[in-house]
Amino acid sequence: MAAPEFKIPEYREFPTVPALVPGAMAHSKPYIANEKVQEGIGLPAKLADDWQVTHDKAIGKFGELLGKYRSLKVFMDSCVHCGSCTDKCHYFIGTGDPKNMPVARQDLMRSVYRRYFTLPGKLFPKLVGARDLTKDVLDEWFSYFWQCSECRRCSVFCPYGIDTAEVTMAARHILDSVGYGQKYSNEILAKVNKIGNNLGLPGPALEDTLLGLEEDVKEETGVDVRYPLDVKGAEVLLVTPSADFFAEPHIESLIGYGKVFHAAGISWTLSSYASEAGNFGLFNGDYNMMRKVAMRIREQALELGVKRIVVGECGHAWRVAYAFWNTLIGLGNNGNDPYSVELQKQLDPRYKEPSHICEFTWDLIQQGRLKFDKEANDSRIITFHDSCNVARGSRMGDYPGGQFEIPRNIIKAVANKFVDMPSATIRETTFCCGGGGGVLTDDLIELRVKGAFPRMEALQHVVENNGVNFMATICAICKAQFSKVLPYYGFNMRLVGGVHQLVSTAIRLGDEQ
Amino acid sequence: MASIEVNGKSYEIDEEGYLVDLSTWNEEVGAYLATTEGLTLTDQHWEVINFLREYYNEFQIAPAVRVLTKAIGKKLGPEKGNSQYLYELFPYGPAKQACKVAGLPKPTGCV
Repeated sequence: MAAPEFKIPEYREFPTVPALVPGAMAHSKPYIANEKVQEGIGLPAKLADDWQVTHDKAIGKFGELLGKYRSLKVFMDSCVHCGSCTDKCHYFIGTGDPKNMPVARQDLMRSVYRRYFTLPGKLFPKLVGARDLTKDVLDEWFSYFWQCSECRRCSVFCPYGIDTAEVTMAARHILDSVGYGQKYSNEILAKVNKIGNNLGLPGPALEDTLLGLEEDVKEETGVDVRYPLDVKGAEVLLVTPSADFFAEPHIESLIGYGKVFHAAGISWTLSSYASEAGNFGLFNGDYNMMRKVAMRIREQALELGVKRIVVGECGHAWRVAYAFWNTLIGLGNNGNDPYSVELQKQLDPRYKEPSHICEFTWDLIQQGRLKFDKEANDSRIITFHDSCNVARGSRMGDYPGGQFEIPRNIIKAVANKFVDMPSATIRETTFCCGGGGGVLTDDLIELRVKGAFPRMEALQHVVENNGVNFMATICAICKAQFSKVLPYYGFNMRLVGGVHQLVSTAIRLGDEQ
Repeated sequence: MASIEVNGKSYEIDEEGYLVDLSTWNEEVGAYLATTEGLTLTDQHWEVINFLREYYNEFQIAPAVRVLTKAIGKKLGPEKGNSQYLYELFPYGPAKQACKVAGLPKPTGCV
């Protein structure tokens, strides 16, 4: 695709609040999902010809969500426009568009809420900034709610604890329900439901790819490391984003997972039916869709009879696994309903279910079951990019902040040179890569490049001061996004990679002669 | 839906310029799609395109970048068996740009 022309933000000596550029991103909108895609996932094919029908449907859905999710109603009511969130959004910092201030973006929805669901808004709309839902308003939603990556950095700074991502999810859910879906995300949901992964990678292709990996690793190390598929009775089922089978640098981490299992002597398997950890249902705020995608994993866990479920390097997958799998598929949090019990009976209670691959590897390191040649990573000066859904949507280990420490601990265990980026840009205040939450698509490349700006500034800092040449991350979206946008900021696209890519470089496979 | 005209025949393409009906692809269409990407096709490009199509016929999906680089390396020598070589041929990314020219669907997901 020929890249569209736009201005790339310039590095600032002192990062301050950008000057406002009203309407700077009003033109940004993703492709609309076509009728086939929409119908494929059980959504209305397109907007109704009669606006009134769409209007009523949208307001009806809005009311339904307000009734179902008390949180949404609280978030609609409780904002006092204090302004804490305004300059915390990477898309606002990168574009200067005032509607990308989180409070303003949410107000696109809140103004409609006031009109239809509050007494003052019903009686005196003008006085309280309430407005009718018109086609223009819906178009504005489609534009600006696809300029949010649901990263929740702004929520960290909100004194009322408003989960801004949940507002975006609700807006997208309403858009979907009136036939105004986004092509990229919905096409992916259609594929995962049909084929088992976001990529549309059929079983035989997956098998061929994994056999190729076994050859490569054998050639490189002389060791027979296996990448097993659909093995009944394996101890661990690994679910990982399908990008790990396909893209660079993702596949390097997949190679790393296999080496960890090999070195620890733990049997494992991938599944061709549940060959996707990612769950785009989350991005659209659609619980039923999310459940449908997650069910594939439950079915395969039962079918293959595994004792443990481990999730690979994928940010939002881990959030879904950590925070939603318990109610979605009865895994985790010791549910005692019959549905949960069925799976819990089979799984090994000595381990945390589900586990993140970083928890899995770090446990083995602590037990002394993995050995490394740290010098093998000496050509790398490494920093770590916290992915938003891991940093702010979940946890690792058994203590607060484990999700920040464990990946860093692994890096320090396998490499000698590590340095963090400036503190305001990492851990719970990490900046999004700019491509999360369903915007990782070529039609939004301008948004992605501009949204990456704060992260690129922080990276530039450690590149200049510390000579950093490798940014590790544990999310497939982050990896793909950075590979694409790094060159816009003068960096090599290969500067990004996975934590298990570093593990892969340094690990001793145990059977060297 | 949009369409392109090649040698007096019309071919349907999607919003992003990918061919809708893969079976209608031929080399002239490939060459035309390349021009929409600002590419002038050389023999080296065709090596990649032909491999993509062969792989797709067998597996109904484009090959992983690693599978592609390995195949190219075997055929053209190890110095060309890397993604840098592919990026020289297809600067916007071998997976997406080469797929478009070869008439394959766009790889989706976190890639």
